[in-house]
Amino acid sequence: MWSAKIIVEYKEGILDPEAKAIKSAFNTMGHDEIKDITTGRFFHLEFKNEIGKEEAETKLKEVCEKLLSNPVIENYKYELEEVA
Amino acid sequence: MKKVGVVVFPGSNCDYDVYHVVKKVLNLNAEYIWHKDTSIRDYDAIVLPGGFSYGDNLRAGAIARFSPVMQEVVKHAEAGKPLIGICNGFQVLVEAGLLPGALITNTDLKFHCDDVYLKVANNDTIFTKDYNEGQVIKMPIAHYTGNYFATENVFKELQDNDSVVFQYCDVDGNVNNKANPNGSVYNIAGIMNKGKNVLGMMPHPERACEPLLGSDEGLGVFTSILGGK
Repeated sequence: MWSAKIIVEYKEGILDPEAKAIKSAFNTMGHDEIKDITTGRFFHLEFKNEIGKEEAETKLKEVCEKLLSNPVIENYKYELEEVA
Repeated sequence: MKKVGVVVFPGSNCDYDVYHVVKKVLNLNAEYIWHKDTSIRDYDAIVLPGGFSYGDNLRAGAIARFSPVMQEVVKHAEAGKPLIGICNGFQVLVEAGLLPGALITNTDLKFHCDDVYLKVANNDTIFTKDYNEGQVIKMPIAHYTGNYFATENVFKELQDNDSVVFQYCDVDGNVNNKANPNGSVYNIAGIMNKGKNVLGMMPHPERACEPLLGSDEGLGVFTSILGGK
């Protein structure tokens, strides 16, 4: 069975509101050693048993581009692996 | 009599406001369109109303754009008929690719619920012909994700095609940073597509159609498309 782990991140220059809020908490905690932080979203997909790698990858790209990310403001990357 | 379809997604909450304006203020026909409908009637205009469709999950508008009814909405737009997305409706339109760019979180990370002033940047449109060019109108905004973003190329295209319809401004019509509530590029509050029949705007004209509500200066959007009044 093929399983995919997807990370969606903001493109450079796009406002990352959660990161901004977390950064301010770092500052109040005194964590000056942390220069920067960005956030993203993590998705874990499992394909049905009968779906092969090639089909899984095609479908995976389709949902990443059309739904899980907005290509105007976000990039995505994924890892596709076979699991038991 | 002109007939307007108001799409109802799970989480829409400005649908009745639009319905009320069309029916009770303009005395025209309005009907709700359920988001699961796969065939719809012929409407003179369709409105995607404000709200929090699908709880704004994933991204505002991202799930609604895959609602079954959206295929019909796209057909309506492709036929050149008027389609307006207000607030969450605007977010749905950019997610669906019916309008360019994206709407991202307000720069100050705050939800803004305020009256704002808008400059009618282009009155040569089916949505704004009842306004004067440069007219300053007042209506409310209520959003957290209304910061209009476009790449330089898209922004240039918007300008070249006179697609910027409304800009945030001050009471005197000055378009500046101070009058920009959410960080939108070029103070953009509303844009239309190249075909000039699809309008998306973050402010709520439907909440500014009767003096009792503090402003009736949003009504022009509806009368421009539908006539009446």
